[in-house]
Amino acid sequence: MAIYTEKVMEHIASPRNVGVLEDADGVGTVGNPVCGDMMKIYIKVNGDRIDDIRFQTFGCGAAIATSSILTELAKGKSLDEAMAITRDTVARELGGLPAQKMHCSNLAADGLHEAIRDYQARREGQE
Amino acid sequence: MKTIYLDHSATTPVDPEVVQAMLPFFTERYGNASSIHHAGRDAYDAMGAARESVASLIGASPDEIYFTGGGTESDNLAIQGYAGHPVNRKRGKHIITSKIEHHAVLHTCQFLERQRGHRVTYCGVDGNGVIDLDELAASIADDTILISVMLANNEVGTIEPLREIRRIVGDRPIAIHTDAVQALGEMDIDVNELGVDMMTLSAHKVYGPKGVGALYIRRGTRVGPIMHGGGHERRKRPGTENVPGIVGFGKACELLARDGAAVRERVARLRDRLVEGVMARVDDVVLNGHPTRRIPRNASLCFRGCEGEALLLHLDMAGICASSGSACTSQSLEPSHVLAAMGVPIEIAHGVLRLTLGKGTTEEEIDYTVDTLTSVVDKIRGISAALGV
Ligand SMILES: Cc1ncc(COP(=O)(O)O)c(C=O)c1O
Repeated sequence: MAIYTEKVMEHIASPRNVGVLEDADGVGTVGNPVCGDMMKIYIKVNGDRIDDIRFQTFGCGAAIATSSILTELAKGKSLDEAMAITRDTVARELGGLPAQKMHCSNLAADGLHEAIRDYQARREGQE
Repeated sequence: MKTIYLDHSATTPVDPEVVQAMLPFFTERYGNASSIHHAGRDAYDAMGAARESVASLIGASPDEIYFTGGGTESDNLAIQGYAGHPVNRKRGKHIITSKIEHHAVLHTCQFLERQRGHRVTYCGVDGNGVIDLDELAASIADDTILISVMLANNEVGTIEPLREIRRIVGDRPIAIHTDAVQALGEMDIDVNELGVDMMTLSAHKVYGPKGVGALYIRRGTRVGPIMHGGGHERRKRPGTENVPGIVGFGKACELLARDGAAVRERVARLRDRLVEGVMARVDDVVLNGHPTRRIPRNASLCFRGCEGEALLLHLDMAGICASSGSACTSQSLEPSHVLAAMGVPIEIAHGVLRLTLGKGTTEEEIDYTVDTLTSVVDKIRGISAALGV
């Protein structure tokens, strides 16, 4: 079984920013339940900053921990800064992830990028 | 934090009586059982006593018991040693097994297919994990030489109908092997009543030491060695015998003969308390495996909306040792081949949790586990909620 860092375990034990943002400005969904990992990232944008962020995740420990830490990393960031957060950033912040978890469960950054694109698409729709 | 060990199908603690029986064979009675001198004879005699206690537990005779380095080796010896024996190789190259075997059997069969030109039929199972006997009967061919079907499944605990398989085979010259690693100690086993020709056993699942097992080989069944060396174990398994381990295995079998039935009854009651407790308090749970024809210690449950590894990690934080077999906890990241064969949808199979009780399990531990599991599932579902999983 995968061995996780203390930081990963800590996020699994008490994940941050779990839940739904009812009035989200952007939502990103990645993965699927057949693969065993699926997540949804909700963002609230103020100006060009991410004011609030929430996540929901179905998946293994790595999937939960990467979602949780991603919300911490993204909160308060500008959209450009948030777009620059990658899977590697997430893994690094957690003190590393087991090799076999890097691909299938490290989806949170993708989810965030999806949410930002969703926000941008909605804005373009309004203009 | 107290450890609550509910992973007895993975391995068991060595019983203190077993440890006591083994200890002298490290320090004072260290002879090599092949030596002529009295130290060697002492080790040889101790192995003989162990052989008798293993044999008598399964209704075999001592000269039909061959000690090995564990369940995996016994499975390999049975399948490769039988299929590879020159006489059997001439008779045919077809083997029948099931889709839910342990990898020690499945991968050995795949090896024979790829490297030795054998043909293998992997029979399916029903939703309870019971082998499809019609498929098995229909797949018997003129060149079938061996059928290998486990007595009890390690993931879901279902007991397989070995006696019916013998009835189907009748007196055709087809050997029947069964991997009884998970069945030993969990049910009465008699090789003659079951009508099997070979049976795999492992010590560490029954409060004995790791790295020791046995293969029962019915007299007259042609099995050649798969390793080459000295003439140990009547030329079937070379190598200086693991005397302390073998003595420990013998003692473990003696304890099963003495206490097994009582332990089983207690464990079954606790297992039912666990399953009923979880079912009463958690929604969307299913018990995997056969509802009644299952080994007493096994509770395999699928929790919708939870992933097995996340369940395990949270239970571990609360001191509870369990196992999953979900894709994320297997080295291969493949979901369970057993649940897949049973037709469990993959998104449900991701939420599998296996709790296996043992003779040290208490009612308090079970109640604590039900409480913990209830809140852990709640927590995990809180994170995955509304994803429609
Ligand atoms: C059904 C079954 N067969 C074989 C084995 C392998 O036994 P061992 O660990 O002694 O090699 C196990 C245990 O993992 C098992 O559950």
